[in-house]
Amino acid sequence: MIQLDSISKVYRTGDSEVRALDEVDLAVAAGELVAIMGPSGSGKSTMMNILGCLDAPSSGRYLLGGTDVSRLDDDDLADIRNQRIGFVFQAYNLLARTSALANVELPLLYAKDRSRTRRALAALDEVGLSDRAHHLPNELSGGQQQRVAIARALVTEPTMLLADEPTGNLDSSASAEIAQLLVRLSEAGRTVVLITHEAEIAACAKRIVRLRDGRIVGDTAGDTAGDTAGDTAAPENRSGAEAG
Amino acid sequence: MTFHEAFRVAWRGLRANRLRSLLTMLGIMIGVAAVILLIALGNGTSARLNQQIASLGTNLIGVFQSRGNVAASGRNQPLTDKDVKALQTASEAPRILSVTPVKQASAVLNFQNSPWRTSIAGSTQDYLAAFHRTMARGSFFADSDVHTSARVVVLGDKPVQKLFGGVRAGALGQKIRIGRQTFQVVGVLEPNGLNDDIAVMPISAARNYLVGGDDDVDQIVVEATSQAAVPATMAKVTRVMLDRHSITNLSQKDFEVHSNLELLKQYTQVTDVFTLFLVAIAAISLLVGGIGVMNIMLVTVTERTREIGIRKAVGARRRAILKQFLIESVVLAGIGGIVGVLVGVGLSLLGATIGASVGQFAPPQLSTGSVVLAFTVSLCIGLFFGAYPANRAARLRPIDALRYE
Repeated sequence: MIQLDSISKVYRTGDSEVRALDEVDLAVAAGELVAIMGPSGSGKSTMMNILGCLDAPSSGRYLLGGTDVSRLDDDDLADIRNQRIGFVFQAYNLLARTSALANVELPLLYAKDRSRTRRALAALDEVGLSDRAHHLPNELSGGQQQRVAIARALVTEPTMLLADEPTGNLDSSASAEIAQLLVRLSEAGRTVVLITHEAEIAACAKRIVRLRDGRIVGDTAGDTAGDTAGDTAAPENRSGAEAG
Repeated sequence: MTFHEAFRVAWRGLRANRLRSLLTMLGIMIGVAAVILLIALGNGTSARLNQQIASLGTNLIGVFQSRGNVAASGRNQPLTDKDVKALQTASEAPRILSVTPVKQASAVLNFQNSPWRTSIAGSTQDYLAAFHRTMARGSFFADSDVHTSARVVVLGDKPVQKLFGGVRAGALGQKIRIGRQTFQVVGVLEPNGLNDDIAVMPISAARNYLVGGDDDVDQIVVEATSQAAVPATMAKVTRVMLDRHSITNLSQKDFEVHSNLELLKQYTQVTDVFTLFLVAIAAISLLVGGIGVMNIMLVTVTERTREIGIRKAVGARRRAILKQFLIESVVLAGIGGIVGVLVGVGLSLLGATIGASVGQFAPPQLSTGSVVLAFTVSLCIGLFFGAYPANRAARLRPIDALRYE
């Protein structure tokens, strides 16, 4: 599903060189829920940018659902983000003054999809917010806004859901709610990569990858137990079938 | 993203900052309205001038003494009755209708102690045809009056105003003093707006009583059969005059031949330059409006950096972002343009209505071309000045844009 082969990202500022990611290898199977953890400066954000096709690696190969995306140009990356990646950000990043439904429709707007409203409503239903479709972001609670953002991430049925500190701005009950939602989505067969520094959120993942100084220093099964490769694809798995 | 969707997104963007959008539109509106109004004013003035010059008669040719050239003898021969005779003889050529001499002077007219200094034209009975004048009252003096140096005078509108309080009928038949002589008013000229401060008398009377008895004249007016015959007639007149003054070297030509047609062309050129000048000023205001559009679009792009980042993160290509902001600037400029067209057309029509009732002011003439041009230019301004901000938005890197606070 996701495969990183010795990915490096080097930033140059003047004479100094910072290796934000140093020859990272990582494979994530379909339907996995993987948490990537690490202190600040460990390369988490760079990892997120590269996994999310927001930035290109300096070297190495990145296969996403079988496509090598490490050498694509801006517009092709935009299409990859549109079709294969669903983003969930810490700050929700919903468009202000735009209804929940319109926000969820946004990726479909750039996908030339004709049945936008139907699909967007289905996605909102999946996160349990179909009754809030016409509310504006500022009329929703933080947890609800994040669920709208998750619906937006799901609407194009992407290969991977990429959540960057999705609970960073939420209180503990809303955080738990979002964590549960991510677990449920993963159990429904979606591949979820969760970037966080909160241990209790990471705990709900079945696999935890730890980063430090741009390298992977740990790759363990999460507290909720269960073998990582074991419960990949449930039979009813949609994204798994798509990627297969 | 279809055009319709892009338009909706752009429209929402404009509505989000209503006052700012309106003020930016105002800049374009003023420019477009100014272009339309000033072109209309220029056209109106030009048309008025053309009409006035055309009313002077475009088939007329004037012969004057040369100002610059000096004859071989060192002494320029004045235009004389002999020249007039020669041209009249040549007028057997079918292109010449009449040849009219004019002797000019200035004198004080006096009627019941209300004096008025005016220009005197001493001429013949062909004066009316030669200057495209018509009589308002009475009749012009006759051939016989010229032979007998009759002390009769035909007054222009201005002297009638000054001497008789504008009562034309009251002027007719009155005796007025011109210089030291008494003249009888036999007619009043219809005003033509250009040369109304004038009194016309037989050329013989002007010589005998006002300017001395030489046979020289200041101007000879030759009337061609039509406007089309003017160039050939001018050539003919020049030939006769060269012959009369025994001139072989053209640089020593001591007379000048002009036609009203030339005058018309010159004036048309002047008014065209004048119109162009006005339009250039209006174009500058349009340019300033365009810079306003660019300014606001740059602010908008900066303000909405995060939105651009979100759109890019969920898969907007560069072109989609470019389209969104370009449409926004074109809509901004286009609405300004439409309102500008309405205001410009409205003011021109208003000006035309007022101008029709106020005599001195040439009413503006609207032209469809200027309206289409001004509106098209406003759209182009939106496109041109929106291009840089839109391109800047399209080039933003999603990671930078998402991180922007």
